[in-house]
Amino acid sequence: MSAKTLYDKLWESHLVHTDADGTALIYIDRHMVHEVTSPQAYEGLKLAGRKVWRIDSVVATADHNTPTRDWDQGLDGMRDQVSRLQVETLDQNIKAHGAKAYYPFLDARQGIVHVIGPELGASLPGMTLVCGDSHTSTHGALGCLAFGIGTTEVEHVLATQCLIAKKTKAMLVRVEGETGPGVTAKDIVLAVIGKISSAGGAGYSIEYAGAAIRALSMEGRMTVCNMSIEAGARAGMVAVDDKTIEYVRGRPFAPKGAQWDQAVAYWRTLRSDPGAQFDRVVDMDAAAIQPQVTWGTNPQMVAPIDGRVPDPAEERDPIKREWMQRALKYMGLEPNTPISGIAVDKVFIGSCTNSRIEDLRAAAAIARGRKVAPNVKLAMVVPGSGQVKRQAQEEGLDRIFTQAGFEWREPGCSMCLGMNEDQIAAGERCASTSNRNFEGRQGAGGRTHLVSPIMAAAAAVTGHFVDVRTLA
Amino acid sequence: MDKFQSREGLVAPLDRANVDTDAIIPKQFLKAIGRSGFGPNLFDEWRYLDHGEPGMDNAKRPLNPDFVLNQPRYRGAQVLVARENFGCGSSREHAPWALQDYGFTTVIAPSFADIFFNNCFKNGLLAIVLDAATVDKLIKETQANPGYRLAIDLEHQTITTPGRDEIRFEIDPFRKHCLLNGLDEIGLSLEHADKIRAFEAKHRQAQPWLFG
Repeated sequence: MSAKTLYDKLWESHLVHTDADGTALIYIDRHMVHEVTSPQAYEGLKLAGRKVWRIDSVVATADHNTPTRDWDQGLDGMRDQVSRLQVETLDQNIKAHGAKAYYPFLDARQGIVHVIGPELGASLPGMTLVCGDSHTSTHGALGCLAFGIGTTEVEHVLATQCLIAKKTKAMLVRVEGETGPGVTAKDIVLAVIGKISSAGGAGYSIEYAGAAIRALSMEGRMTVCNMSIEAGARAGMVAVDDKTIEYVRGRPFAPKGAQWDQAVAYWRTLRSDPGAQFDRVVDMDAAAIQPQVTWGTNPQMVAPIDGRVPDPAEERDPIKREWMQRALKYMGLEPNTPISGIAVDKVFIGSCTNSRIEDLRAAAAIARGRKVAPNVKLAMVVPGSGQVKRQAQEEGLDRIFTQAGFEWREPGCSMCLGMNEDQIAAGERCASTSNRNFEGRQGAGGRTHLVSPIMAAAAAVTGHFVDVRTLA
Repeated sequence: MDKFQSREGLVAPLDRANVDTDAIIPKQFLKAIGRSGFGPNLFDEWRYLDHGEPGMDNAKRPLNPDFVLNQPRYRGAQVLVARENFGCGSSREHAPWALQDYGFTTVIAPSFADIFFNNCFKNGLLAIVLDAATVDKLIKETQANPGYRLAIDLEHQTITTPGRDEIRFEIDPFRKHCLLNGLDEIGLSLEHADKIRAFEAKHRQAQPWLFG
């Protein structure tokens, strides 16, 4: 038998049917549902008189629209009536169609869909997992095939438990060596995107491997896999190892008893075989990666903290040059400006990329005993889930943040995309631990710089981007 | 899904690379629970000078005269031509819904982001990949010639320019079949219901922890 990639194994173990031209029907084990991309899918289901194929595959929560304060006021704390209708529509749809588990707005285990999945053990190695959200690639950190889908496909999975898809090509991103101090999973993935571009992964599923990936915690691997879509890839994944197994052990929806042993035996096979062929291999040297800061309006527009804003005049490709010029104009930046020293107005620590307990611990270690700089109008920490929030509070992280002048909020997607009231205003500059720096992403006219949690905390306490290693 | 009608359409050039889904339809419009009515907010931040919110009377909002779709010569455009990596970013199907609701039937680019590309075909919006040089030529010809139209023939996979140049394009046969016949993919997949059940039974036996 020929050597297989992890992606081959995950794909082949879910094939229901393949047409002569390679169009396949693949079986979906877990369907994560949230309020924004599901209402039209449930409506379609209802109009066609169809039922949910397998209710116990659905895990749902409300995260995108939900406010991050005034939870004591209940639903009335949600002042945006359009958002409220969408959140209530999810309540009704889950009530009508069923789910294995539902964590509505205000529930103690509510949270960002890509934070609660792994946290609950609802995402497991070997699964196929989908969600109407592009950052579904996050769950691939557990050694599963996880990817984002559109609303029509959400309806398709609800109705058939399957998706129509074609196999992608396989890419191996191998990060060897050891990262230096102050260099996190976020910096690794930003450096990867900077290297292969935001379209470099198009048509591929990426497996991340190498010593620097193995050295990451499970949460760090989630951060890396999370941003696979920012490189244009369909999915990101990491092979199962001891860390994976230990992470899953004891989680609420993880298998127990004899099934646990059976599952672990299977999960340990979920890695690429020696000699497996990839369509593309990208090699990175972890030691060469510095803390990263994006300077433009696309995640590939990224530079090391000791770098400068690039000069479009030096770009030879006219389309790219025009794109860079437009980005710099939008960002209000001059070519050749040192990244370190660019002042920020707001700081956001949160999102499905960087809102887990380790992210908060790392950011708190920088914030401890320091104060948010006077020029920073708002520095906010939004935990990824109710569970993360409780744990952080038990560890006293909330007090470290609030004593430093950060706001400590309720869980949700928040300022990553600003569907709720957490937004940056036109012209404001934000150090953000989220995943996209597109024009208007965090608020119309807002300027987003993507960074790691410790780099965001460092920007908050100094008022500008700074090499976090100089603060230690 | 409606059948895709092959026809001639006015072309609008969007001379930008990496047009993301946040630009195509900003997040505040994703709060809707229906599939229609997104057209007036297509490219909202580029198209209007003020900030748009759901429920506004878009007809009364100040238009940005510099934005290409606001130029009178492109009014009624059905074919959008853009640069590489069109539709990058989120999985929001509101992006193709907005393009279609605006009146576009076809988007042409050198490359598309994966989820956006999928979403187009699920809604009968034809996304055509052409090489960068051809796209560049189409954008320049459109800019130089008011009233520039392209005839899109899905069945024969050709695009015909006003100068009678015929450009062939490739499309996945299954996607073409679905577009031409307006097929409901759920219905197609459910024809395999027995196979899905058989797979499920086997899968449950092998990995019982995935069920229940």
